[in-house]
Amino acid sequence: MNHLPLIIKREYLTKVRNKSFIIMTFLSPMIMIALIALVAYLSQINNNQDRTISVLDETGVFSEVFTDEEHIKYNYLDNINLENAKDLVSSKEEYGLLYIKKGSDSLSQFESAKFYSEDSPSLSIISSLEGKIEKKLTDLKLVQDGVDIEKIQASRTRITIGQESFLGEKTSKTDSWLKLAFGGAAGYLLFMFIIIYGNMIMRSVIEEKTSRIIEVIISSVKPIQLMMGKIIGTSLAGITQFIIWVLLGGVMLLLVSAIFGIDVMQMQGPQQEMIRQAMESPEAQNQAQELFTAFLNLPLLNLCVAFMFFFLGGFLLYSSLYAAIGAAVDSETDTQQFMMPIIMPLIIAVYVGVFTVIEDPHGTVSTIFSFIPLTSPVVMLMRIPFGVPIWQQILSLAILIATFAFTVWFAAKIYRVGILMYGKKPSYKELFKWLKY
Amino acid sequence: MNNLLVAENVSKHFGDFKALNDVSIAVPKGSIFGLLGPNGAGKTTLIRIINQITMPDKGKVYLDGEALKPTDIQNIGYLPEERGLYKSMKVGEQALYLAQLKGMSKQDAKARLKYWFERLEIGDWWNKKIQELSKGQAQKIQFIVTVLHRPKLLIFDEPFSGFDPINATLIKDEILQLREEGATVIFSTHRMESVEELCDHIALIHRSNKILDGKLIDIKRQFKTNTFEVGLQTQDSEAVVSSIKERFEVLPATFKNLNDDIKLNVKLAENVSSNDLLSFLTSKAEVHHFVEVIPSANDIFIQTVKRN
Repeated sequence: MNHLPLIIKREYLTKVRNKSFIIMTFLSPMIMIALIALVAYLSQINNNQDRTISVLDETGVFSEVFTDEEHIKYNYLDNINLENAKDLVSSKEEYGLLYIKKGSDSLSQFESAKFYSEDSPSLSIISSLEGKIEKKLTDLKLVQDGVDIEKIQASRTRITIGQESFLGEKTSKTDSWLKLAFGGAAGYLLFMFIIIYGNMIMRSVIEEKTSRIIEVIISSVKPIQLMMGKIIGTSLAGITQFIIWVLLGGVMLLLVSAIFGIDVMQMQGPQQEMIRQAMESPEAQNQAQELFTAFLNLPLLNLCVAFMFFFLGGFLLYSSLYAAIGAAVDSETDTQQFMMPIIMPLIIAVYVGVFTVIEDPHGTVSTIFSFIPLTSPVVMLMRIPFGVPIWQQILSLAILIATFAFTVWFAAKIYRVGILMYGKKPSYKELFKWLKY
Repeated sequence: MNNLLVAENVSKHFGDFKALNDVSIAVPKGSIFGLLGPNGAGKTTLIRIINQITMPDKGKVYLDGEALKPTDIQNIGYLPEERGLYKSMKVGEQALYLAQLKGMSKQDAKARLKYWFERLEIGDWWNKKIQELSKGQAQKIQFIVTVLHRPKLLIFDEPFSGFDPINATLIKDEILQLREEGATVIFSTHRMESVEELCDHIALIHRSNKILDGKLIDIKRQFKTNTFEVGLQTQDSEAVVSSIKERFEVLPATFKNLNDDIKLNVKLAENVSSNDLLSFLTSKAEVHHFVEVIPSANDIFIQTVKRN
């Protein structure tokens, strides 16, 4: 008698109808979007503020250095001493006063610069001021030494090293970034999925134990059927939740940016600024083209197939362990001692993925960890965009499946014995004994 | 073969602990079979083996003459001692789910549920969650779920715990009714008065071994001591008592009676018949009470367990 579909259906419906599950499903994306919108909005306000900076330049050298920018206006002060200038700036509630002190330097007469302000000034403004002064002074010195500035500027060169494998596959930095993004997203997704839904499976096993229904159920179905039903049902609920998150998140992101007119996608970070400038330049066409080719260059089919298998394998492997833990204990508070051995390899996998794979996707460390079953799903998913030989993928998958078969056997043993054990917190030694029952 | 369930030489170890040692039982068709024993004797292990929750190390179990197979779960209804239901699941949905796990079709299960809900006076609980019910109400649902799929063999582990006397009687009557309809019942309990009331066969398990089994009435015959409760009314009680004590072995009596002057338990030697005693007594005094002492299940339980 195959009850698996029945069990899967019940597990799925129970999860999906659960109030906190529904609330989390719809609230999480809202909170996330609200947070993003808030941050974007705040940073926009901050950057959009118009500021006026007064400049008291005793040397007169910098008279053309400070020109008005989008949000910063410069106001040169003449014929006024420092004290009066400070009072003036402060009474006009300007952002601050840049004071350039005259010295004995034969060339520029520059001695030092100081910024006076009400509150401590923003770092980016200070460094921008510093940059301007430095550049002017450097130029002056170069001119004095007889160097033609025009020539220096003309001689500045930018290059990009083209990359190509021995087999003739062309790669570029864009490629690498894209690969990293794909691999990282896949690995991280799996990691999150395991943590969130593995725990859910564990809790549902514990619930059956504490509500004492387990013996009734187990007199009708095989423990392994119940366990697999739980794992599959919960995964389906998880996938449902993920899909809703993605859809809802996308729609709301569009909605929010439309309503508030905030370009949420372009947070005002410096890199984004650079990318935007690059995109606006004549090279933009090129860049988009490059991104597209890079995307096509990815081993897309391999990526999809491998993602499915490794994601599934990894999740099933971990969730059977979670189920076993749930069966071994009486309450969630007792799970701690058994959680460590599960969480550790996961965290190691993510660290290896983030630090080693990026540095050297086919190095010894990455390769080894992409074969060890508990870390292989995450690490391998991160490596695959960089092109992993098929035999390695198959070998790793075979190891993963073999381990999964073993953990299911192991977990089913623990499960079968554990679900009927009440009242005592088992030690590892006892768990080992259960295997022989 | 008139036995519905036969367990032959069943043994089970848990690590170093021997839970069952070579236990055999035979449960006749249509009987109510009491599975008795102190806590931790191995009753639950045996029941779990019958339910195929655990596998025996040695020995075989036969249902209706055939070796137990996985589909037999449909023929067994089991009410475990540790029982419960999904707390946040609705009554109707839950009962349907459990019935379907036992191999019933959805329509059949619905019809049967309706029948049982009316029978046990469960009205509009269909959409209530278990956590909204009282303990007794939840127990009723649990009972229904156990018997819903018309199993040939019903196994009840302490079925009356958690019921008030009214509902306990209700459930007891239902169990008897199910037996009338042809079900065989295995009944595990510590409550000897319900054994007395319900069981016609018993088996006693103690420290993993079966130490006693058979028809309750036969066992009682084995355990009888040829003792009679005697209640007499007379003017001269001292003389009468001493004359009885001269001829018979007299034990203190504990039975309750309305107005007898003399209450005695008289134990007869093997060659003396009850008529001899009765005619002797009638010659001495007026006999108001004359009953053979039948050993109670409780006495048999305690005696046997202590002896082993």
